[in-house]
Amino acid sequence: MASFSTLELAGRALAAQSTRLNTVASNLANADSVAGSPDEVYKPRYAVFKAVLMESGLPGVAVDEIRESDAPAQARYQPGHPLADEQGYVYAPAVDVVESMADMISASRSYQSSLELMNTTKDLMVRTLETGRG
Amino acid sequence: MAQSDPLFGAAAPALRVHGQRLGVIAGNIANADTPGFKARDVNFREVLQGVGESSLPMARSHAGHVGDANMTQASPTQWRIPTQPSADGNTVETPVEQAAYADALMRYQAALRFIDGRMASLNLAIRGS
Repeated sequence: MASFSTLELAGRALAAQSTRLNTVASNLANADSVAGSPDEVYKPRYAVFKAVLMESGLPGVAVDEIRESDAPAQARYQPGHPLADEQGYVYAPAVDVVESMADMISASRSYQSSLELMNTTKDLMVRTLETGRG
Repeated sequence: MAQSDPLFGAAAPALRVHGQRLGVIAGNIANADTPGFKARDVNFREVLQGVGESSLPMARSHAGHVGDANMTQASPTQWRIPTQPSADGNTVETPVEQAAYADALMRYQAALRFIDGRMASLNLAIRGS
């Protein structure tokens, strides 16, 4: 029955989107995690999705990889900071907070539409099961 | 190609095709953020065109054999043409897919209602009350 695989599909989409939400949350949380050198600083992570063919022939979705950004760290001049180097700089990860917020909203909207899909499919299955009862 | 049912007419294959269409559209919505994913849809008119026409049936040498192999066959799908191109090659437009899902949902429920009504009539005919 197609409905069962639709439920599985929606479940996979929820899992993928929540992984994406987790990486965004991790990036936002570490936006101010400064380090003493550009190499030690936190690197922003991004979830990359790919389509996976499920047994039912429908295209499911999965997280292909969590890719670390190679954007250069931002140098901040804070001579009083305990982690500052000889020139007085600390290094912050290249996290664009506004971009991360937009990414978070996009992920949460996609999560919602998959959840809606799941509920609708469930209702439809119940209705189909009740065929011929009344 | 779909076979019309002696009891429920075109409603039975319609239910199957709309069910498959719901699955395909759900796949599009799930892949709304997948780079390079191409949205697909089932062309209902094309699939149902064969209903009522006599296609070549499978030979049945035993009364218990299932006559039609079409029951499990997936419907052919076509690529959706996007209204706006996207940089990552994804052709899923979530609002379009949601509208298509609602469309398929209503048609599925309509077919279900037909089958329900037919079953009610059959019940009436069997019980006589």
